[in-house]
Amino acid sequence: MKFDTPATTNPIDQLKVIGHATSRIDGPLKTTGRATYAYEWHDRATNPAYGYIVGSAIAKGRIASMDLSRAKAAPGVIAIVTSENAGKLGKGNYNTAKLLGGPEIDHYHQAVAVVVAETFEQARSAAQLVKVDYTATKGSFDLWAGRDGAAKPPGRGDNQPDTTVGDFSGAFASAPVQLDATYTTPDQAHAMMEPHASMAAWEGDKLTLWTSNQMIAWTTGDVAKTLGLPKENVRLISPFIGGGFGGKLFLRADAVLAALGARAANRPVKVAMQRPLMFNNTTHRPATIQRIRIGANRDGKITAIGHESWSGNLPEGRPETAVNQTRLLYAGENRMTAMRLAMLDLPEGNAMRAPGEAPGMMALEIAMDEMAERLGIDPVEFRARNDTQVDPEHPNRPFSQRQLVECMRIGAERFGWSKRHAEPGKQRDGRWLVGMGVAAAFRNNLLMKSGARVRLDGQGRVTVETDMTDIGTGSYTIIAQTAAEMMGVPLEKVVVRLGDSSFPVSAGSGGQFGANNSTSGVYAACVKLREAVAQKLGFNSADAAFVDGQVSSGNRSAPLGQAASDGELTAEDSIEYGDLAKTHQQSTFGAHFVELGVDVATAEIRIRRMLAVCAAGRILNPKTARSQVIGAMTMGVGAALMEELAVDKRSGFFVNHDLAGYEVPVHADIPHQDTIFLDETDPMSSPMKAKGIAELGICGVAAALANAIYNATGIRVRDYPITLDKLLDHMPDA
Amino acid sequence: MKSFTYEKVNSAEAAASAAASNSNAKFIAGGTNLLDLMKLEIETPSHLIDVNGLGFDKIEPAPDGGLRIGALVRNTTLAADARIRRDYGLLSRALLAGASGQLRNKATTAGNLLQRTRCPYFYDTNQPCNKRSPGSGCAAIGGVTRQHAVIGASDACIATHPSDMAIAMRALDATVQTVRPDGSTRDIPIADLHRLPGDTPHIETTLTSGELITSVTLPKPVGGTHIYRKVRDRASYAFALVSVGAIVQRDGTGRVAVGGVAHKPWRVEAAEAEMPRGAKAVAARLLEGARPTKENAFKLSLVERTLGAVLTEAKG
Ligand SMILES: Cc1cc2nc3c(=O)[nH]c(=O)nc-3n(C[C@H](O)[C@H](O)[C@H](O)COP(=O)(O)OP(=O)(O)OC[C@H]3O[C@@H](n4cnc5c(N)ncnc54)[C@H](O)[C@@H]3O)c2cc1C
Ligand code: SF4
Repeated sequence: MKFDTPATTNPIDQLKVIGHATSRIDGPLKTTGRATYAYEWHDRATNPAYGYIVGSAIAKGRIASMDLSRAKAAPGVIAIVTSENAGKLGKGNYNTAKLLGGPEIDHYHQAVAVVVAETFEQARSAAQLVKVDYTATKGSFDLWAGRDGAAKPPGRGDNQPDTTVGDFSGAFASAPVQLDATYTTPDQAHAMMEPHASMAAWEGDKLTLWTSNQMIAWTTGDVAKTLGLPKENVRLISPFIGGGFGGKLFLRADAVLAALGARAANRPVKVAMQRPLMFNNTTHRPATIQRIRIGANRDGKITAIGHESWSGNLPEGRPETAVNQTRLLYAGENRMTAMRLAMLDLPEGNAMRAPGEAPGMMALEIAMDEMAERLGIDPVEFRARNDTQVDPEHPNRPFSQRQLVECMRIGAERFGWSKRHAEPGKQRDGRWLVGMGVAAAFRNNLLMKSGARVRLDGQGRVTVETDMTDIGTGSYTIIAQTAAEMMGVPLEKVVVRLGDSSFPVSAGSGGQFGANNSTSGVYAACVKLREAVAQKLGFNSADAAFVDGQVSSGNRSAPLGQAASDGELTAEDSIEYGDLAKTHQQSTFGAHFVELGVDVATAEIRIRRMLAVCAAGRILNPKTARSQVIGAMTMGVGAALMEELAVDKRSGFFVNHDLAGYEVPVHADIPHQDTIFLDETDPMSSPMKAKGIAELGICGVAAALANAIYNATGIRVRDYPITLDKLLDHMPDA
Repeated sequence: MKSFTYEKVNSAEAAASAAASNSNAKFIAGGTNLLDLMKLEIETPSHLIDVNGLGFDKIEPAPDGGLRIGALVRNTTLAADARIRRDYGLLSRALLAGASGQLRNKATTAGNLLQRTRCPYFYDTNQPCNKRSPGSGCAAIGGVTRQHAVIGASDACIATHPSDMAIAMRALDATVQTVRPDGSTRDIPIADLHRLPGDTPHIETTLTSGELITSVTLPKPVGGTHIYRKVRDRASYAFALVSVGAIVQRDGTGRVAVGGVAHKPWRVEAAEAEMPRGAKAVAARLLEGARPTKENAFKLSLVERTLGAVLTEAKG
């Protein structure tokens, strides 16, 4: 189905199932431990062997020699795979550094071997006996040092390293009110609960991988490319995923090493990446240095806005696109953005929840707060004054929907924003300095082709098959809701099967594009199935109604299952998009409000309450949407207050590489969260009229906290995370 | 993890003599620290002696009016004990500020005292570390040191002792009872249990090979207001950046021990004489000779400010 004209009324608008706060249909499987995660397919391989990964001990250089003799002789060891004996390996499209390193080493903890043994414990023990001698060479590990030599990265589509509109420098220089400030965000880890894990089994030259992966088709392709197999010979199965946040968008070492290990051992092999390797072996969100300049008239109208960002990556890696939102979020006639990329020999930087916007909004929304203060305008009002209903770079291109100001105003009202003291450091509650902060939320809505297959059986049961994944987000549920709505059956009559490369290719889970696109693909397949059903039952498909398990037209009616009485009916289709995303800018909007306390003695920062107001198209399921947003808000708190991969700039690695050292928020950090979804449908986005929500929820949160900390203390911190040591010297006497 | 043999012993003497007959043996109590370290091969005992069945799991009155805490009493049990909560509130509060509910259910009194540092370089066996592998160097010095010691450190090691409970024990003047492989027993004042790193950071306590802790005894209650203040980036489940354990009497005198700053619970009795003069004076004396790194210099003012808050709170 081609979606190239705005959606009109369709069966989804009935909202009998869609739009209801439905609990996750996969919930019982998970709460009873029956959901099969990658490491848990116990009935598919009764005698798996276990692989344990050896990570490089240096960040850059070469393996001088490797001595495997002791490890090979250790009890239970079946095989050891290294780059020496792995055979020729290709490199996937989506990973920058090789997933099995050697003799060249590209980053710390790059895999250099996998030891396969009868038991996990034997593999782990033998892995310690692998002796590797390295010749280290000098690497670059410091973004600040690399900043001046940073190069202009190649552009990709609309994503260009340099953009300009009007005369930025002139307008900035002559603006009566100016801000020129530099902000930094650190490297961050996805730190998901389930590590990367895979089980591989070969049948001849056909490989099956049970894995944990967000993008089945990308990864199937990259497995084939890496191992030199035809794509048809690779089957990926990933129905349950214990969190990904972008860390599992791509093929990673666990899957490659499980496959190589299984080939060498001649039996199925399981590999779960050990937690201490997760932080340096896999991808992370790269650190940024961001310079923001804003010029405005005294009435608060922005006349010039400029955003530059520096990030680092391995050779051939990409920049963190932290300037993206600044091209679209606020009005202003004179504009510029620039991205520069330094070569760093740290582990590979790549996507993490809301890549680009998440770190970009961390900086931009502090800058907006600073500017509002300079202008003496309330931060909510300042943003409202600079609202734009059109793409500021292309004024003839309207936003499909844009309710930023509504989010701000409704949030302000609900949160009690008027009680905030504009002057910082003025509100005290016992030992706490109390402050409120606000930030806009913004994230683009992405359209991706997505396919599905639907089957109808004689009992009127509908089965959906698509390679879409559910990374804990609720894909199973909203897909079931979509099929139930389209086919006029209760939710219990729908079976959803996901995450299998033998199913039609979907958008997958990433970039908050999963929900809207995958349900639209299911919509398309259901439209086809409805036609097949109508035809089978002798109805005119245009006026057949699908309600309560019955198909009716005029005064004639038949049970839905009857259409499949002499055999299953199957329909398959994809949603594909026309030009609507070109003619209209599709984005999602929101506002984050935070109240927090800063301990007057210790400068410990503790949140009191948070509110997010979101305008993001139709909310397919308010319950799963709320879960996404409060989870994203929590991650934003982590970014604001504690998350930082600490770089050892001498040896080039992230030092705090376990969950004791890399802190993420715990329950005690998150006392109270509210979410509000504005009533919105976006006919430009898809037949579902929905948009993404899961990344919008993180964008801006950290800045709202930073602004609240400023409001509480009068201390402006521009370097994340905002830890107490950055406040302490400036705190008032207790 | 290296393979190891395992035995469960049924008397303290048997435990000590089993340890004596195998210089590469270790006692295992709750296992919450030891097993993690064994998985990473930071600890590589060839033999484990399980001391959980020794019956050292009681809290009993001591002859001089104090309390004798069995070495195997779980952190949860100890924190919840009515006598502890009434007379040694500092200890209960310090325990509850540590780790998580699940861990405290397993963790024991002796194991907690003997837990090892959380220096991230100690945990990464690719990195030089004098504590893990004597003579290899210290990767932390000149590296990422926000968590590290500011006082009492050496050029060989700047690690901290991470225990919360030990801070309270130190302020309470606990003594540690042990039995040695030859069957002899001794009392070690808590002040003498942990060592500063010096040139031998791998030797962390004054216990001798095979010496088993059987109990920890608290002297009779000293009264006063008991406050434990643990400062950290996140609200729970994190080691202290700095912690202050204090017992403050009505007249403003009292005791203070500080965590997160040194290789052992940090207490300077002479500094306590300054208590009536306030936090600044105490901190100055307590941290005299401190040698912080650029990354952890904030701990000096953090100790002073936290202590100030504690003294204010104690005044009520
Ligand atoms: C995730 C995590 C978070 C934590 N957070 C904190 C925190 O915030 N604050 C805090 O204080 N602690 C914290 N801890 C540490 C925890 O308190 C210790 O792991 C625990 O107290 C150790 O007790 P155990 O009985 O399990 O010791 P084990 O692991 O069994 O033993 C530890 C050591 O003591 C020795 N040993 C044990 N019993 C005896 C004995 N009777 N005589 C002689 N030697 C003995 C062992 O040989 C071993 O060397 C945390 C731990 C984890 C894993
Ligand atoms: S500080 Fe101590 S524990 Fe840490 S690396 Fe140095 S020697 Fe090892």
